[in-house]
Amino acid sequence: MEYAARIRQKLTAGLSPVQLDIVDESDRHAGHAGADAKGETHFHVTVVSAAFTGKSRVERQRMVYALLADELSERVHALGLTTRTDAETTA
Amino acid sequence: MVDQNVVERIKQDLGSSDVVLYMKGTPVFPQCGFSAAVVQVLSHVGVPFKGVNILEEPGLRQGLKEFSNWPTFPQLYVKGELVGGCDIVREMYESGELQSLLTEKGVATGVNA
Repeated sequence: MEYAARIRQKLTAGLSPVQLDIVDESDRHAGHAGADAKGETHFHVTVVSAAFTGKSRVERQRMVYALLADELSERVHALGLTTRTDAETTA
Repeated sequence: MVDQNVVERIKQDLGSSDVVLYMKGTPVFPQCGFSAAVVQVLSHVGVPFKGVNILEEPGLRQGLKEFSNWPTFPQLYVKGELVGGCDIVREMYESGELQSLLTEKGVATGVNA
């Protein structure tokens, strides 16, 4: 769980999320380009954070990408993102 | 620094087509599930677009990441502006925002490509 743990740590520190779900979907992509025998290449991350308030979708994803720049350049090949504010999830 | 030739190339793409999709593979033969998903959405909406295969152009691939400040593909542009990648395009399609955006920008939809 090395990369998942790193993603959790960085997003928690950077966005103080009220909800953070990290799903490793690497096994669905085994054997194709970008897959690594060690796994942890494809993730879907759901972040609910007040830090996204007033930001566009593009700005929100850029915030996440910036926090995870190292992980994306090392091993993580695909990162699906759902970014919401608390108000949007309860609305 | 982004290579100026690459920047010129991107500007030319974005200037000559209202809707540009930088993707892995081609619209007919996408080589990535996320790129395929965006192609599918665009076909459903019925909007003509230019697909550019970044797997064939490593310089363009790297340059685009810096140009757009966006590290992944696909990247969808409407009238020169980055709309987003697969998650954003799918969300906007499901909520109807993608269709509104295209209409707002004066891009015809419902065309059978």
